[in-house]
Formats: sequence, C-alpha cells, structure tokens
Amino acid sequence: MQEEKLLQINAHFQLQWEEKQDCYVLLYPEGMVQLSLSAGEILNLCDGKNSTLDIRDLLEKKFSTQDLLAQIIDFLKEAMSRKWVVYYE
Amino acid sequence: MSKISPPLWILLELTHKCPLECAYCYNQLDFAKTKDAMSKNDWFRVMQEAREMGAVQLGISGGEPLLNKDILEIVKKANELKYYTNLITSGVGANVSIVKKLKNAGLKTVQLGIQSHDKDTMNLITNNKSSYDTKIAFAKEVKKQGLQLIVNTCITRQNIHQVPEIIEFSKELGANYLEIANIQYYGWALENVDALLPTQIQLEQARKDTDEYRAKNEDMKVFFVVPDYFATRPKACMNGWGTTFITINPDGIALPCNTANTLPLDFPSVKEFSIEQIWMESHAFNYFRGDKWMKKECRTCDEKEKDFGGCRCQAYALTKDMHEADPVCDKSPFHNKLQNLVKKSLVNMDKKPLYRNKKNSMRFYEKV
Repeated sequence: MQEEKLLQINAHFQLQWEEKQDCYVLLYPEGMVQLSLSAGEILNLCDGKNSTLDIRDLLEKKFSTQDLLAQIIDFLKEAMSRKWVVYYE
Repeated sequence: MSKISPPLWILLELTHKCPLECAYCYNQLDFAKTKDAMSKNDWFRVMQEAREMGAVQLGISGGEPLLNKDILEIVKKANELKYYTNLITSGVGANVSIVKKLKNAGLKTVQLGIQSHDKDTMNLITNNKSSYDTKIAFAKEVKKQGLQLIVNTCITRQNIHQVPEIIEFSKELGANYLEIANIQYYGWALENVDALLPTQIQLEQARKDTDEYRAKNEDMKVFFVVPDYFATRPKACMNGWGTTFITINPDGIALPCNTANTLPLDFPSVKEFSIEQIWMESHAFNYFRGDKWMKKECRTCDEKEKDFGGCRCQAYALTKDMHEADPVCDKSPFHNKLQNLVKKSLVNMDKKPLYRNKKNSMRFYEKV
C-alpha cells in the first residue's frame, strides 16, 4: 500500500448513497455491496483527490478521533484486492 | 405475509426484434405478436418510478436493444437517475460508432453475446452470416472506448466442445468477465431441446475446462451457469418471485421474470399502473410471494426458503400446473418427466433446430 498515492474508485464500479437503504452502496454488473458506515466513508473519499494519509486526516477530523490509519489501510487493502479502488492515474 | 421489499433490478426489453435467429432464445414462441408500444417518455417514467422505489440496477435488453432508436436517450436518462447501466446486446443492429455515443451517455457495462471463436459455428448458431465480424468489431470498440466488457456465451450442444477456445478468445478480446451460460430451456430453447441439450458428459468436460482456467487465477473472471436439467434441486429463480427483479417488455407489460408471461396469469401494463402499484398491489406480482400458493411437497420442505419451489415457468411448461414444484427437484412427483426429456434428447439429437425468427414465430400463433 502506497500511503501517499491518490486513490479513486474503479471506473467500472459505481459508488453512491442510497436513501432507501440508508447506506453507501457499491454497484457492479448485476450486483451490489451494501457498505458499513466506515467503509462507505472511506470509499467516498477515494475520489482521485485524496491519498490514504489524506483520508486518515479527514476522517479523524470528521469523527474527532485518532489512530484510524491501521483500520483504514486494512480496509483499503481489501478494497484494492477486490478491485473496488485503484491508484489515481 | 412479511413486508414486501422494493425491486432492486429492472430490465427493459426495448424490442423483441433481433437480427439474429438463435434457436435457444428464451423469448416466447409467439414473440412476433409483441408490439413495440413504449414511447421514450414511457420508458423514462418507468425508470424514474422504479428508481424512486430504490431500484439501482438497470439492464437494457431485447430482442436487440440497439434497434430501438431512443437507446442513447434512454441510457442518458438512466445515468442521470444514477442507475448502474448494463447493455445486453448481440452487437449487431447498429453501426459500431454507437459504442462511443453510449459511453458518452454514461453506459457502464456491455454484455455482449459471443457464441463461438469460430465463424462457421457462429453462423450456424445465429443464422446470420455477418454476425461474427460485426460482433468482433463491436467488442474491440467497447474496449477501445474504455467500457467494461462482459462476454456472454450461451452454451448448447452446438458449441459446448469449444469452451477452452472460447475462454482463450474472450481473454484475447480483453473481456473483464466471461459468462459461460449453459442454456436454460424456456421458449425457443424448450421447443428445440432435442437439438440443443448437451449430454452430462459434455457438461462435465466443460466444467473441468472452466475450472482449469480458473486455477490459473487470471484477471478475466469466469462464471459458469449450470443447466438445471442435470440438477436435483431447483434454482432460486429470480431470487424469489417479486422480491428483487422486474422486467418490462416492449408492449409495456410488467413481469416478475423475463418469461413469466408464459404463465396463465394476467400481468399489469405500465401504461395503466405505476411501478409501485404493480409491485405492491397487483394480483400477479403477489401471486407467488410467500408459501401459501405452494403444494404440500414444497410447503412442508425444509429447503423452501432456499429455492422457493424453483421456477414457476418451468413448473408450468413441464407439468401444466404452475403451482407444482419445479420438476428439476427430485422430490417433485414430475421429476421423471424431466429425466425423460433428457433421455429423449439423446435419441433425437440429430433433429434440426428451429430458428427464432418472425416467420417461424407466426406459426405458433396462427395455430391458435
């Protein structure tokens, strides 16, 4: 994991907030993942403008907490292995 | 009855016209009777209403959806509504320059039917001599435009021996996914079952070939859809009737699955009712929800929450009673009917398939 590189959602997927489901969902061909609160918050920041470290800073500030980096990296590793997230190019 | 959850997935069948004549088509035999009765604004309204209920997946299909002149505007509208858009196409029916326009309209995925790596086999299956070159050009353009490509290969006895080559070929085309879809026997496919059903040995070989590819762990993901004729438990058809999926046919008729209008039920039209009324209140959509409709074998079965008694269309097609258990199930009193069908296809395997076209379709409704 390169923590300073910018991240984005894989263009073949689609991330959005779904009011009816009260969560972020990630859409792919004929399927959907309902995201937990933390997963949704992280993916929503993978917009091509933030790196892993930026996401940590933003979320620690938003939720007035600390030490989120390990948790964020764990999730992003998983998300990248599933090709949900890629480095911004 | 428990609470009705909203539809997540809507399929628009924009037309039943198609330049190909595949004998395994799931469309009903008398498809030529279906009119293209939906205007662009009708489709817009349907998409909007389903989206408001919470639908997120939009399939655009047919027939061949590229034959509908409003296709670009429909894709654009779908994208504005924040659907995940999936075009299910033969790749034949419009100039290849449409791919770029579809991409610009916001299309996410193209699911392209490619029946073979071999031109002669493709001609035999589609009965359209230009289909091979046109499809390959379409696939290449999809990749060039950066769209996601799903190759969908419908498998019958006519191409099941080519599975390893088809996998290689799809990889070379740059497919993101390959769906090896063993045909399910509805509509034209059921009419042609003798000519199309592979043997169990062929099926096992195809599965082995697929597993060998999968073991190599390559980028292109391969799905293998098993034909349920060789199973002993039915599939959980449509994830349960009226739970997830709604399809709208070119006439504007709303159906809980693509082939449901083969059943003796009256299905509502989107020209008369909203999607919400159809989904929540219509007799047809409520008919097979829950377990009250089930016969004893299903209602008392401890697997009923898993497969919901299987497919209603298959039950009706093979037993003439749509309340029966899907005869794929070996607990069904009609399971032997299905086994006999498999045996009969071995005896009659040199029967020629009847191509799906307008002329042949008219034979099925002029009889009535």
